[in-house]
Amino acid sequence: MDILLQLFISFATVGLFCVGGGYASMPLIQAEVIDIHGWLTMNEFVDIFTLSQMTPGPIGINAATFVGSKVAGIPGSIAATLGFVFPSVFIVLFLGYLYYKYGNVAAIRGILNGLRPAVVALIGSAGVNFILLAFWNKEKLPVDVTKTDPVAVLIFVLAWLALKKKTGTITLLFSSGVAGLVFYLVSGMHP
Amino acid sequence: MDETKVTMEKPETADFKEPFSYRKLFISTFLISAFTVGGGFVLIPLMKAKFVDEYGWLKENEALDLVSIAQSAPGVMACNSSIIMGYRMGGFLGSVTALLATVLPPLITLTIISYFYDAVASNPYVRMFLKGMQCGVTAILIKVVFDLVVKQVKKKLALPLIVMAGTFIAAVVFKINIMQIIAVDAIVGLFLMRDPQYD
Repeated sequence: MDILLQLFISFATVGLFCVGGGYASMPLIQAEVIDIHGWLTMNEFVDIFTLSQMTPGPIGINAATFVGSKVAGIPGSIAATLGFVFPSVFIVLFLGYLYYKYGNVAAIRGILNGLRPAVVALIGSAGVNFILLAFWNKEKLPVDVTKTDPVAVLIFVLAWLALKKKTGTITLLFSSGVAGLVFYLVSGMHP
Repeated sequence: MDETKVTMEKPETADFKEPFSYRKLFISTFLISAFTVGGGFVLIPLMKAKFVDEYGWLKENEALDLVSIAQSAPGVMACNSSIIMGYRMGGFLGSVTALLATVLPPLITLTIISYFYDAVASNPYVRMFLKGMQCGVTAILIKVVFDLVVKQVKKKLALPLIVMAGTFIAAVVFKINIMQIIAVDAIVGLFLMRDPQYD
């Protein structure tokens, strides 16, 4: 199948199933882009997610654009982004119509109540993959605990403590980057 | 679509502080999207401030309702808000105008970044920097999940916790397709979780 059409369909699927904001789209994009199509490595995916946090615009659109662009250049980025928002146009306008007609939508509320805890779990499952990559440079279980990257664990802990002090995202990520550079250079280890 | 027009025509009741124009809608949305880091939760209040407080194209209550519809639909929250606010202000064309203005800035920025990324990502020093940022972003993601789990546990409702645990196990241990998991969770919610206590 044409790669642009494939990008469009993949991201339309993500757009259709992702409920609950930017983070919720990540496990879905991961499933489509890494597990099903193998368009990116987990490493590239986490980098994209990181950069999306630091650039303006909605996180999901940023990720779609980056993936599309890497897979098929500028036409790819346009195809992925349009695919992502395509289902929304119809669903949102339809919900708006129902809302103005009936005032509220009880069935939708039930579906959302079921999805809210599910989304937490799915973001958590993406979190597992992020940790595997950060600490062990691996995409899947099992891991060898003796091969844990101590620098990565240290930066993770420091970042966690900084988050407790309500450090802003950009400051935190930039500091983590600088910490990575300094700690790896000083320790002579390789990421 | 005809019936939709009847119920969602341009708001005549709102007090326009500025006359409505598609150009103004495009430019204001484009600028908000271009300079706001942090996704929907930051973008939407800015859009509301612009359209409600500054231009008077939407009423306060109406904007809140529209945002809650946008949040309950699948997809990107900021885009959904643009779609529905745009529709309310300028019909289908308004909807497309606002959506394009929301999507274009990240489309341009990230396409440029992706070319830079390919050029520099294999450099060992860049790799160290990116690896540090990966650890930072992992901490952010885990913190988000942690806070959400704590919030759910504090509600002391069994069903959402069962859904949460079941979904996690299905995804991580059994590696079931995510779309299938979401479909099952939606059905569970539809039949078992309509009660307002689950809101």
